[in-house]
Amino acid sequence: MTNYRGAPPPADPPTAIDYGRWLRPDLMPHILCPGCGHGIVLKALLRAIDGSRIPPEQLVLVGGIGCSSRLVGYVDLCTVHTTHGRALTFATGIKLARPDLTVIVITGDGDGLGIGGNHLIHAARRDIGITCLLLNNGTYGMTGGQTAPTSALGSRSTTTPAGSREPAFDACRLVEGAGGSFVARGATSLPLDLDATIARALAHDGFGFVEVLSDCPEYFGRYNRLGRATEMLQAQRARVIGPRPEIPIGVLHERAS
Amino acid sequence: MSELLQGNMACARGALDSGCTFYAGYPITPSSEIAEHMAVALPDRGGVFAQMEDEMASLGAVIGASLAGRKAMTATSGPGFSLMQEHIGYAAYAEIPCVVVDVMRGGPSTGLPTRPSQGDVMQARWGTHGDHPAIALAPASVAEVYELTARAFALAERYRTPVILLYDEVIGHLRERADIVPAVPVTRARPTVAPQEYRAYGPSPDDVPPLADVGTGYRFHVTGLGHDERGYPTDDPAVAGALATRLQRKIDRARDDIVAFETYRIEDAERVIVAYGIVARAARRAIDEARERGVRIGLFRPRTLWPFPDRELSEIASTRSLLVAEMNLGQLVLEVERCAGGARVDRYLRADGRPITPLDLLGALEAA
Repeated sequence: MTNYRGAPPPADPPTAIDYGRWLRPDLMPHILCPGCGHGIVLKALLRAIDGSRIPPEQLVLVGGIGCSSRLVGYVDLCTVHTTHGRALTFATGIKLARPDLTVIVITGDGDGLGIGGNHLIHAARRDIGITCLLLNNGTYGMTGGQTAPTSALGSRSTTTPAGSREPAFDACRLVEGAGGSFVARGATSLPLDLDATIARALAHDGFGFVEVLSDCPEYFGRYNRLGRATEMLQAQRARVIGPRPEIPIGVLHERAS
Repeated sequence: MSELLQGNMACARGALDSGCTFYAGYPITPSSEIAEHMAVALPDRGGVFAQMEDEMASLGAVIGASLAGRKAMTATSGPGFSLMQEHIGYAAYAEIPCVVVDVMRGGPSTGLPTRPSQGDVMQARWGTHGDHPAIALAPASVAEVYELTARAFALAERYRTPVILLYDEVIGHLRERADIVPAVPVTRARPTVAPQEYRAYGPSPDDVPPLADVGTGYRFHVTGLGHDERGYPTDDPAVAGALATRLQRKIDRARDDIVAFETYRIEDAERVIVAYGIVARAARRAIDEARERGVRIGLFRPRTLWPFPDRELSEIASTRSLLVAEMNLGQLVLEVERCAGGARVDRYLRADGRPITPLDLLGALEAA
């Protein structure tokens, strides 16, 4: 176990880049709600990509279905917006067909752990050279805020009005258990740390998995009376920093693929 | 070249000779020999074989590989074919060439795993949700499995669409002498314009816009959402309607290139059996025997179930009555009735997991 917060990352991504160079301006405005954490993740990914010096024509972005998966469409690269839960299967085909390409998957917690859970564990087991960002906001945002496999026990949603009775998935432990050779967790409340974590996942030779804690103020936050976006970010930050954080972040597991 | 070959083996051979370099699949009877043959053959040819975790993953990987420029296929049977419907729709809508083989067994559900059926005819046409064109080919011999597998790749690449190869378990497991005419690989059209001018879903004289490979400098977006010429998502009614219309028109206008059928002894026939797959083989035998007794009867065998050779059958039905024989409780007969005009259409249907025999058909001819 290594935690990058004790050791410097291999390369420091730039803290500011020309985002417009990487985006499709004619697709703006984007579909994300005010306060959504996913834009923070996209900016961190773009900084990591920019810093990686990987030629743009070598990059393919693949998304599933859901708010997070829609991010791929805004990036001016080869982008594939696939079916619900199955982005990793398309990405597997692309990577096997063209091992020279850098294939990045953006998925969500419902997409990657609910309907696509089987594909996630098998991509991890294969330890295939795909970078996978799983944006975890604990809810199905695009369909209006239903409970997700990552919703905290007791949390309220449109489908758990009395509070969830099911425990939440731990995506990182799942992927490590399934055989993934790089497992990390980042948080939108620590965006520059997230850059470095994504950069390391991109540089990793096998399955590079990064769960990113993101927030959905519009649904999850509102239904659970968690305040506005800034309050949710502060609360998230309090859970991931400190000597004994409630939720460990950084690189949680790394071995040679 | 003539050799002893099994149907599923002929499928794998036809794929390889067509330039298929990517296979992803999930084991299922009675199609597994295709995967097993590809697993042995592909690595030696610079190809990729992947056994995936399920059938959704299999076709997802196939679509991904096709986007990366490979000719790609998967093979399955009814239960897996059901699971693949999601990605058949994706491939149709996003226009990604791929070949899906369904070796039909008795259904529904797990059904009769090692017994033949023709129960997936309508699923091949309408199995995925929404409006979309469909191409499904139906071989009736081992040699024709090879030929139509190659044809499936040619049509998929030519028309940027999924193509389904549909045959029953008997054809899949049949070993017989096959005269193989080596396949001529077809190469898909790729863009010739500069990357910044490329429109992955742009206008094209034949409604088939060229498809760039990912990772070649062309930046484009592929989605299962309604999309415009650049592939960008939209639900604008004019754009969404134009896309749905173009996709159907793309196949409609190529209908004469795609549609294929065979007739047998119909010139003086008063009655014509309509059959496909192994049933057509039984029908030929029954026709020969009936003719020895002076019965004027012939065969119409669609080689494409979708698009269905409707005009051709209509012409035949204008002066003859029809007997549709199939291993299901009445699927293609609905299409036959649609184009039969006022002609009498009888049915001989069997859905017990056993093939229709020449004797069955001789009895049906006498009864009806």
